[in-house]
Amino acid sequence: MMNPLIPLLVAVPLAGAFLIMILGRFITGVPRIMALATLLLLAFISFWLLITGGAASSVYTLGGWEPVDGVPIGLYLIHDGFSALVLCIISLIGLLSVIYSISYMARYTSENYFYSLFCLMIAGMNGVVLSGDIFNIFVFLEISVISSYALVAFGVEKNELEATLKYQVLGAVASFMILFAIGFIYWSAKTLNIADIRVVFGEGGQGPHYILIQILLLTGFGLKAAIIPFHAWLPDAHSSAPSPISAMLSGVLIKAVGIYVIIRLFFNMFEITVGMAILITTLGALSMAAGVFLAIGQWDIKRLLAYHSISQMGYVIMSVGIGMILMARGIRSEVAALAITGGIFHMLNHAAFKGLLFLNAGAIEYSAGTRDLREMGGLARSMPFTSATSLAASLSISGIPPFNGFFSKLIIIVAAVMGRFYLLAALAALVSIITLASFMKFQRYAFYNTEPGKIQKEIREVPLPMLLSMVTLALICLLLSLLALPGIRETVLSPATDILMDQMKYSSQITGM
Amino acid sequence: MKGMTVIVKKTTQLIAGIIFLYGIYIILHGHLTPGGGFAGGVILAGSFILLILAFGSDFLHLVREERGSTLYENLAILIFLLLALSGLLVGAKIFFTNWLPHGTPGELISAGFLPLYNIFVGIEVAASILTIFLALVIFKEEILK
Repeated sequence: MMNPLIPLLVAVPLAGAFLIMILGRFITGVPRIMALATLLLLAFISFWLLITGGAASSVYTLGGWEPVDGVPIGLYLIHDGFSALVLCIISLIGLLSVIYSISYMARYTSENYFYSLFCLMIAGMNGVVLSGDIFNIFVFLEISVISSYALVAFGVEKNELEATLKYQVLGAVASFMILFAIGFIYWSAKTLNIADIRVVFGEGGQGPHYILIQILLLTGFGLKAAIIPFHAWLPDAHSSAPSPISAMLSGVLIKAVGIYVIIRLFFNMFEITVGMAILITTLGALSMAAGVFLAIGQWDIKRLLAYHSISQMGYVIMSVGIGMILMARGIRSEVAALAITGGIFHMLNHAAFKGLLFLNAGAIEYSAGTRDLREMGGLARSMPFTSATSLAASLSISGIPPFNGFFSKLIIIVAAVMGRFYLLAALAALVSIITLASFMKFQRYAFYNTEPGKIQKEIREVPLPMLLSMVTLALICLLLSLLALPGIRETVLSPATDILMDQMKYSSQITGM
Repeated sequence: MKGMTVIVKKTTQLIAGIIFLYGIYIILHGHLTPGGGFAGGVILAGSFILLILAFGSDFLHLVREERGSTLYENLAILIFLLLALSGLLVGAKIFFTNWLPHGTPGELISAGFLPLYNIFVGIEVAASILTIFLALVIFKEEILK
């Protein structure tokens, strides 16, 4: 008996999006209630699956098409330890962003379009994470990124349109490369199911384009994940979008359609080779270091946060890459497991604190009407809750205990040292210090400045729904550090690491061999 | 948007209906012959677009049409989703199951859900392509104002 909740993760947000467009036309106020109900249901389903599913992975065949002679036909949805975690952060950050939007989006028009596109974006991301078929990954990826193009341009001002054009052009280049790679895969493997491709490639049917496929997929999904040579769109797009959307894009979208797919494909579809592993680690280390240097000079808060997203994603990629190198060489597999766990843990943490930081930036923009750090002054007195929550998030991203960022960075650095990547460990520590410096700048200029800023109007604290989601995220930042504790780590993070470490497990559970 | 000359209008009147019928034929025979919901839907939208181009339409009229087509688009795709979800409630209880009787292969009414899916995909595609066209026209009219 297959778990009927798995397809609902895609079907519910789709139904929500269409119902919002139909009912929102006749009844005002429906869109926000509908979106809230959709995201609540999704959060419930994804956490229920995380708790009840545990370490076991479940496979859902759409339409009930069973494999024929061990060759999967039809479409598969796969829910395992790794996708369960990503699904949870998608629906959790999505829910809090919707609560935040209830007040924030009151200044914009076309409420029904906003919530409808939001639900479509969630549906696309859930689809990417669940899909066990590389072409379906592409289809769901397009659903989510096309919705995000429209959402980035939601303000319809000059900056927004410029940013979204840049985002669309680079996004289209990425999609083209992914589709091209899928074509090559279908040519050489004669199948599109990830598990089946793994089997065919493993039996030596790699074809002459094996390296090209890997490079194209790494470039395409690297563009979606904004790894450093492909990062040009991210600062513009993430800073121009409405703040709840920035939180979704930076907190969830680049992970669900970028990092998650890279990790999934390079662990569960391709055999790990030393060359690709070194390439991925280098790109990660480069993003980590260059992102933070680009960030520290920024005066626009949202641009600063956007560059930090690149840097923090670099940590994830580098850490997973270290794990890949060790696995490819077949040495010290417990260190490899530690590095991968650190990467996944940092990905979850980044969703919480970067989502919160973007919501804080939105709150400042909402009350003070500016994003320039130099124009703000002493907001800590007039906006105590925003100040407190952003302090929590800043400490978290800079890696100060007891916040979650400390533990994941600690695991990453310890794994790098244990794997004898001393230079990368030192670099990770250095980048963390520079991150701290740039967030001290953020705190100093925005909240603890003694000079009055250039803002003329009276500044008040933001409305209750916005406060509610910010405080909840700040608490989540604290609570996520519990995942580092031994007992909890084994139940939550280890299933995700196991499915990546055990190379054949993913495909054997689907093909049944 | 202004209309065109009498010759164009008369020719369009003659062929628009035939194009529309052909679109319906392609949609209904989607499970038997090449084509299907998407191709047929594009043809349906083509007949509407041809009429709008030939006869022209004033701005308010266009806005009303655009609202209507958006509504049809959303309704069609919602019904498609509900049909897929109905598989969760009936028979094997699997998403996207084709639980209707399959009939004799080759006949018009056969293949269970496939003709129904084709019909709603056809409505969806026709309405969405018409919506895109109308949105572009409305955008241009707004700029010209």
